[in-house]
Amino acid sequence: MYVAVKGGERAIDNAHAWLAEERRGDPAVSELSLAQIRVQLKLAVNRVMAEGSLFDPDLAALAIKQSRGDLIEAIFLIRAYRTTLPRHGASNPIDTAEMAVDRRVSATFKDLPGGQVLGPTFDYTHRLLDFKLAAEGGVGPVATAPATQGPVPHVTEMLNRDGLIEEAPRDDTPPPDLTRTPLELPASRPLRLQAITRGDEGFILSMAYSTQRGYGRTHAFVGELRIGAVAVEMEIPELGFAVEIGEIEVTECETVNQFKGSKTEPPQFTRGYGLVFGQSERKAIAMSLVDRALRWKELGEDFSGAPAQDEEFVLYHADNIQATGFLEHIKLPHYVDFQAELELVRRLRAETMAMREAVQ
Amino acid sequence: MTDQAYNFAYLDEQTKRMIRRAILKGVAVPGYQVPFASREMPMPYGWGTGGVQVTAACLVPEDRLKVIDQGADDTTNAVSIRKFFQRTAGVEVTEATAEATVIQTRHRIPETALSEGQILVYQVPIPEPLRFLEPRETETRKMHELEEYGLMHVKLYEDIARHGEIATSYAYPVKVEGRYVMDPSPIPKFDNPKLGGNAAIQLFGAGREQRIYAVPPYTQVVSLDFDDHPFVASKAPHDCDLCGASESYLDEVITDDQGSRMYVCSDTDFCATRQEAGHHGRLGVPQFSSKKIAKSLEGFCAAEGVTE
Amino acid sequence: MTINPQTPMGLAPEALFGGFAEAPVQSARAFRALLEAMARPGTIWQVEGAAPPAPLSIAAGVAILTLCDGTTPLHLAGAADCLAVRDWVTFHAGAPLCAAQGAMFAVGTWAELMPVDQFRIGDPDYPDRAATLIVEMPALAPTGPRLTGPGIRETVHLSLPETAAFRANRALFPLGFDTLLCSGDQIAGLPRSTHVEDL
Repeated sequence: MYVAVKGGERAIDNAHAWLAEERRGDPAVSELSLAQIRVQLKLAVNRVMAEGSLFDPDLAALAIKQSRGDLIEAIFLIRAYRTTLPRHGASNPIDTAEMAVDRRVSATFKDLPGGQVLGPTFDYTHRLLDFKLAAEGGVGPVATAPATQGPVPHVTEMLNRDGLIEEAPRDDTPPPDLTRTPLELPASRPLRLQAITRGDEGFILSMAYSTQRGYGRTHAFVGELRIGAVAVEMEIPELGFAVEIGEIEVTECETVNQFKGSKTEPPQFTRGYGLVFGQSERKAIAMSLVDRALRWKELGEDFSGAPAQDEEFVLYHADNIQATGFLEHIKLPHYVDFQAELELVRRLRAETMAMREAVQ
Repeated sequence: MTDQAYNFAYLDEQTKRMIRRAILKGVAVPGYQVPFASREMPMPYGWGTGGVQVTAACLVPEDRLKVIDQGADDTTNAVSIRKFFQRTAGVEVTEATAEATVIQTRHRIPETALSEGQILVYQVPIPEPLRFLEPRETETRKMHELEEYGLMHVKLYEDIARHGEIATSYAYPVKVEGRYVMDPSPIPKFDNPKLGGNAAIQLFGAGREQRIYAVPPYTQVVSLDFDDHPFVASKAPHDCDLCGASESYLDEVITDDQGSRMYVCSDTDFCATRQEAGHHGRLGVPQFSSKKIAKSLEGFCAAEGVTE
Repeated sequence: MTINPQTPMGLAPEALFGGFAEAPVQSARAFRALLEAMARPGTIWQVEGAAPPAPLSIAAGVAILTLCDGTTPLHLAGAADCLAVRDWVTFHAGAPLCAAQGAMFAVGTWAELMPVDQFRIGDPDYPDRAATLIVEMPALAPTGPRLTGPGIRETVHLSLPETAAFRANRALFPLGFDTLLCSGDQIAGLPRSTHVEDL
């Protein structure tokens, strides 16, 4: 076989070798294990799973190690791997009312059935550097409470009983799949939610923040935020019933939004929804605000021109893998285009100079 | 050798079928952008994922693949993509335009005329020619539907009013078969005349933007212009300093800090072939080839982090 | 994949044979022929690798295996709508079978596909959402109606079943259906962009 031996090829190989060496760093420092990353950098693992759209903590840990802690690079590795996986089918919708909650808080009610469970949260920690951690201090035993028994009802269901919140009837239409069909606008809510849940956390956060500051304000309360494990079930045609194929940790946020009514809808509370893999609280809350902002049309609200209301703007720019690739591609050679521009500018300048001289 | 861990040409069969269907519809409606469910590839969006997916869907084991970036076979990204297909499809590769059956390109059309049996695959960053006039996909789609291309003519006309000529030097818009206005990818407008009446099949892949489009062989492709300001395919007013070619597109290379310059063919195969045939230009001594120049840049490329 | 004739799908054992033995490579070669056929209307190409049950031709079988799957509703017209073909398509391509109006692909003789205006011609904003007709022909020859348009250097000739329907289809451009003509192991393409004239 004819192989084109190239200078560029050797440059690439050398750059990769150097990268591998940098990744490992000083060999006198012990190497990170995947288990260490999975267990001790769990929130990074969660983000990589959420935006990589693949629930696999071990692979996410590997991606973080391989990417030297660059989470967008890690997400990219997971996405590129995910896209090669065969599809065996679709699971049933998860039932978050059956979640084994580690954390569950409501901002709208002081207490409620199922109780408020703070869980492992940074909230109320004082953000002081803990120098004991630098000395690899162990953690003593922590108090435990018996696990919550039985289903924990959603806050929004309680409001729904009084007719105070918009109905969210069950819909068994299979949702569209963003990864298998090209994005088409206007997008349905399931498609929007899919795009946002795998969208960049920073982008979704900023969009949500902008609604709070008045660019498409939605007056959101966190009706409920819950984090915990839910079962994933799949219908097996040969068996004729669903079997549990595993368990995933998710964060779910439901906002309750003030709504004075519109041309088409009566005054009632409306909903925003966020669901993200793992403990990804900031993302889930941000997602629910952006979801609500994008729903202006179906609720008969006015479009105020806010970026977070603009479906095309949000959906086309939320994906950090698309964004980072296109952004960074401008460091590729562009000298053909630049040459064309150079010729153009020289010609235009020559003409202008000639005209000036003629005037003088 | 094909890497056994991956399917032939990397993509799974279902994905290839989806892309192949989009390509055939693109061929049936020349210049129209067919949406397709672009996959994440193991190289970043914006680095040729659209072209790579189209090439992967077209390749057969018997193919001879040529990959160029900026007209050159040895630019780092071209090397990376060529390596990817050697590894995943086990196809032969070549630098000779005339020998290649599939050519994937970024920003150039080879100087050597293409022939029947060849496929030219373009990497496209922004497939929508109207995008910089109207950022909304929902609007531009409607404009294509209604053949409402007035905005584009207004933009070109404003150029003429301000600069005395159309100030678009690359990605110069064309109209295909009198129907769709199409972005020819960021090729210099020097290359535009080669789009129409070409014997090869021309396929365009935009991965991040999820679009595929096509120009079948012998299709009418017209660069937009005005009767009193006809389209001109311009290039640097020089001959190649290595091979002496006067009709090829040139790169300008700065040779010292005193502002000295040389002009060399951007198409490295074209230039090397001419030199081998005994042509030489102002600086065309045999040991000084464009490949050597590319080689001298390799340290620079690695330091810049162009690794994929 | 293990093949078990007693699968709960209830297929006839014959349906399990006649697919691509080496799908990645065979479908790649087949696609190149289809691409050349569609990009150079009127040229006739040979394909191989499929052995579909009667009345499907080898070429029609290859086209189905190369282009159809669970995401592409397929209409079987006339004699093609038989148990053997239904089972074969279900097993090898997994394409959902459907009526003409919803089809992305349809296979049958020209007479069986009539009236062709029942097929999808795409939407004005998405002209790609149009059907591809896989037409079974008694023979294919470079004679008969004259073709011009994209993909054709000057003119070519192809033995079409008729011309009026294709002229009407061309008048809809950029809407319209696209056609693959099959006979034995031969295939030719006639995209909606082609102008067809009687000689």
